[in-house]
Amino acid sequence: MLLTFLVLAPIAGAAIIACTSGRREALIRRTALAVSVVEFGLTLLLWTRFDGTSAEFQFIERRAWIPAFGVDYFIGVDGISLFLVVLTGFLTPLALLSSWESVHDRVKEFSLFVLALESAMVGVFISLDLFLFYIFWDAMLIPMYFLIGIWGYDRRVYAAIKFILYTMGGSVLMLVAILTLAYYHGAVTGMPSFDLLKLYALPLPGWLQFWGFLAFTMAFAIKVPLFPFHTWLPDAHVEAPTAGSVILAGVLLKMGTYGLVRFAFPLFPDAALYFAPYLAGLAVIGIVYGALVAMVQPDLKKLVAYSSVSHLGFVALGISAMNVQGVQGAVYQMLNHGVSTGALFLIVGMLSDRRHTRLIAQFGGLKKVLPKLTTAFLIITLASIGLPGLNGFVGELLILVGAFRWDPRYAAVAATGVLLSAVYMLWMFQRVNYGPVTNEENAHLPDLTLRERWALWPAVAMCIFMGVAPMVFLKPMEPSVTRLVEQVHRNQGQQVRILPR
Amino acid sequence: MLIWIPLLPLLGFLINTFAGRRLPKAMSGGLASLAMLAAFGVSVVEVAALLNQAPGGRELVQTVYTWIASGDFQIPVTLRLDPLSALMILVVTGIGFLIHVYSTAYMHDEPAPEYARYFSYLNLFAFFMLLLVLAANFIILFVGWEGVGLCSYLLIGFWYQKPSAADAGKKAFIVNRIGDVGFILGVLLAFVRFGTLDFQRIAAALGPLAPEAAFGAVSLIALLLFIGATGKSAQIPLYIWLPDAMEGPTPVSALIHAATMVTAGVYLIGRNAVLFTHAPDVLLIVAVIGALTAVWAGMFGLVQTDIKRVLAYSTVSQLGYMFLAMGVGAYAAGIFHLFTHAFFKALLFLGAGAVIHALAGEQDLRYMGGLRRDLPITYWTFLIGSLAIAGVPGLAGFFSKDEILYRTFASGHPWLWLIGAATSLMTAIYMFRLVFLAFHGPRRVRHDHDHDPAGSHAHAHLHDAPRAMGIPLVVLALGSILAGYIGFPEMFGGANWIEHFLEPSFTAPAVAESLEGAEAAAGAASHSLELVLVIVSSILALAGIALAAQLYLKRPGVSARLAERFPRLYRFLVNKGYVDEIYDELFVQPVKSLSDNVLWNSLDTKVIDGAVNGVGTIVGETGGVVRHLQTGSMRAYALSVLLGAVLMVGYYLWR
Amino acid sequence: MASLNHYLILSGVIFTIGVAGVFLRRNLITILLSIEVMLNAVNLSFIAFGRFQGSADGQIIVFFVITVAAAEAAVGLALVISLFRHVETLNPDAYRQLRG
Repeated sequence: MLLTFLVLAPIAGAAIIACTSGRREALIRRTALAVSVVEFGLTLLLWTRFDGTSAEFQFIERRAWIPAFGVDYFIGVDGISLFLVVLTGFLTPLALLSSWESVHDRVKEFSLFVLALESAMVGVFISLDLFLFYIFWDAMLIPMYFLIGIWGYDRRVYAAIKFILYTMGGSVLMLVAILTLAYYHGAVTGMPSFDLLKLYALPLPGWLQFWGFLAFTMAFAIKVPLFPFHTWLPDAHVEAPTAGSVILAGVLLKMGTYGLVRFAFPLFPDAALYFAPYLAGLAVIGIVYGALVAMVQPDLKKLVAYSSVSHLGFVALGISAMNVQGVQGAVYQMLNHGVSTGALFLIVGMLSDRRHTRLIAQFGGLKKVLPKLTTAFLIITLASIGLPGLNGFVGELLILVGAFRWDPRYAAVAATGVLLSAVYMLWMFQRVNYGPVTNEENAHLPDLTLRERWALWPAVAMCIFMGVAPMVFLKPMEPSVTRLVEQVHRNQGQQVRILPR
Repeated sequence: MLIWIPLLPLLGFLINTFAGRRLPKAMSGGLASLAMLAAFGVSVVEVAALLNQAPGGRELVQTVYTWIASGDFQIPVTLRLDPLSALMILVVTGIGFLIHVYSTAYMHDEPAPEYARYFSYLNLFAFFMLLLVLAANFIILFVGWEGVGLCSYLLIGFWYQKPSAADAGKKAFIVNRIGDVGFILGVLLAFVRFGTLDFQRIAAALGPLAPEAAFGAVSLIALLLFIGATGKSAQIPLYIWLPDAMEGPTPVSALIHAATMVTAGVYLIGRNAVLFTHAPDVLLIVAVIGALTAVWAGMFGLVQTDIKRVLAYSTVSQLGYMFLAMGVGAYAAGIFHLFTHAFFKALLFLGAGAVIHALAGEQDLRYMGGLRRDLPITYWTFLIGSLAIAGVPGLAGFFSKDEILYRTFASGHPWLWLIGAATSLMTAIYMFRLVFLAFHGPRRVRHDHDHDPAGSHAHAHLHDAPRAMGIPLVVLALGSILAGYIGFPEMFGGANWIEHFLEPSFTAPAVAESLEGAEAAAGAASHSLELVLVIVSSILALAGIALAAQLYLKRPGVSARLAERFPRLYRFLVNKGYVDEIYDELFVQPVKSLSDNVLWNSLDTKVIDGAVNGVGTIVGETGGVVRHLQTGSMRAYALSVLLGAVLMVGYYLWR
Repeated sequence: MASLNHYLILSGVIFTIGVAGVFLRRNLITILLSIEVMLNAVNLSFIAFGRFQGSADGQIIVFFVITVAAAEAAVGLALVISLFRHVETLNPDAYRQLRG
């Protein structure tokens, strides 16, 4: 019941808020924060009760939902999804805290949407039924659409529509593939099923793997986003309010790579191995391309958005390598990116709250004015660069090891991402924080408030903790990752014809 | 116990980070120095324990915890003390402590929070550096490697409000990262090739194999690692960050950019000596790059006017020597030079710092002169350092440098020896140019008050280094005299103790003994050759000093006339070979322009987003055409419904 | 005895009258009435079919249709009234705001 409770708790909180008068803003904010903190506590409870030695799905709940079509309410977590659920629980309170000062308009609806979004995100990570997964997957878009479209910056409507159309475009293909899979299950066994575990076990013919993998991967590639499906991301990030950016970068992008790990690769193993080099190709292009484009961005949020393209390229590369180090590094890097990029957006939000601009050229010399903020900024920047001792390094190293074992050429190109990330991040950091205070408006900005500290320090602490003690996370993850890798490679002996004639 | 050596400075860092801004200056500086002293104490105890073990198998190992494990990729935090790292920790903690003490006085004008910040960075640096030299595998070494790079970044940019300092810090970090790409790839390849990243296991795996005749996997690993080393140790083509790094406080230059961090690349090769021995092609590359860097950087040292930049180019040049030694397989000689260099170069930087301190920030040699009388301690210690680096017989640099030159010649590379000898001459010239310009001759005072109003005022009453700065200078000066005697050559009846001490670190565990015997035999045969070479290079050193005395002391006009005589060469040297400008034109600007104009503003916003928005536009346009069917008249809609119904019914009736 | 065809012809005639009413009259209320006429024409044919097949299904469906028709009339008339308040005419040609 714990998992069901995890899905329902934020929605229940949203329902309570919905019954509150919209004028009682403080009450609404506190309620929303309390609900999200309780939710985080529940995810931690889930973690402590999780058996890290087992590769199987745990906390399984299954109820027949639409028996005629083989649709179940079927949920559970393994070592891969567990931490993504925890990450969701971790970031949502921070996102709510970050909007304390910056969102004044329609606080009730805002809190409501954030909580509803949290429910849907948790749902995506724990669904083991494709139908259920698809519902959560699309349900997630609605609150995000409103978060960008209502509380965003100037071009928010354009960005919101672009975001939703891009994502829907991918999901539609995935829906077709899901229905085809269920139908095929029915054709083979006499009973259609959306049950992920049953579909894992079902051997699929080459054509179905080919098209199925393409359809799923298209949906996920847009979400990741992989080059060249990334152009919604800069717009969505730039226009979204801070909380939206934090959740978007922190959790939503991981849905894409999570989908690759959970669905696209194990469901269509032969097609996955066939397409892996192409996927890795897009991933390394994304690493270099995202970094180069990030380098020349004048806008802080855009810079961070393009850096996400680069970082998520690493994750996709690790998944393409499909060995233990690669996948484990990829999952770890998802968590790292969630924490450090989430924190970066928090910081950019704090700067833009103070100055009402996000242009790098408007800043300079902030270290003198905002020493605390700059310290946090520096640590997060270094984590994002992948400095050893901070979280980013562990993920990148494992991904590079995995990729190098699989095909050194991809690892060689990806390694330049290590250099380029230092270039764009440090250059940005220097222009914002170092040098003399050139702009008079920057001379008297207030340093971190207590509330901002509560939003920022947990993320900073996590960056250090995850860099120093990664085994806390890697160890419970390993059995599930190993099982996944074996599952994908199960057919390697017998050839399945992938290319349709 | 080993873990305490890096942990003590880390503790100092934590205290100064969290409580530093509230502590009085004496506390934060004292704590940091104390942490270093304690680390030095523990190091001495540990090294003593190491020395008590039988030669050949000397090592102390401590595994702290498993840091990363994924499948068969296992990275424990393991520290290993062997002769090589023993030497390194003594240098890092010992010289590090002296520089901490020196800093307490040098940085005294900083306000308390900045002061604490400075010492916290310095302690953090010591932590990472000690981790680097104690690491038992590549990944932990890399942690230290990147960590010292970070501290270097932070300390170069310590005066962050100065844009040039912030720029220099960033440049150092990024240039180092270029090398790191090579390093990481080398490590990955090593893991795939050997299945482990532990230095000892890799050496053991390579031990029974013959050196690679053709360029194979081992050579590629060695080459990639060397690329990493060129970044950290400022070798061609990645040396450009080190001269700029002089923007940092002078003690930082002494500690990081002279004595310890920049030698990490040399250490890396020493640590993987077996690997490099198995890659003879790469060793040759190392030697050639080292020799070229030595002479190339030495050239620029001849004309620089900034006192610290002269020393910076000198450091690059001396590091080139060390790589030359590594490249010809004389690992012990290279590390020996690293050891002696740490003393005299730290001394020279601290001396330069004392001069700058006394002149209230003046760094330009053209506005110094005659400081000998006012700064006697600084002068005499600086002179000792200069004599040592120039290779005057009897001082530290003499022994280590001659060992390198002799081994280079003996290994069959007379051309490399010639380059090394030429560099030796240049070293003597630029060092004594510096000494004569700064300490001898008449006083020259800067007159443009706009530039440095405080400076000209302070020139009036010069004071020599305060005690906290003077004592480290004296201790280092003693070291610069004595450090060489641990490698007293056998030719003069010495034992060359350092070479025998270090030897086990450079050989695979199994084959250590057989090699040692062979080398001893080879060494005995050529004492006469060594003697000739020593005499030659001693003459060169003295000649260089004499030449400098002629040019800068006796006939000060000659150097200016030389510059007029060869204007292009002079401009080339003053502008540091235009290397920064060439790199900028060749790499930085094209990448920027590619990213900005091609990737972002064309590919991203026009092509990809154009396609996306194009789809949207097509849908919109189609709608624009089709919408005219919607007349808005209810009757028309009803008619179309009726027609549709009739058509459908008709289809089924007359089918 | 009237045959099924008689009923169907009658139903067709009534339906056509309804259709003609929808197209020819220029008063919204009359149009609504015409739609009712069409519905009743269909009801007639349902009942006729049911009667001649000897099943009650036809009548059951008619009950549903009558219910829907009642609801439709209620909503329709309410809409007409509010439209009339808005534009002050019942001529359907006046409502062209939805032109694309």
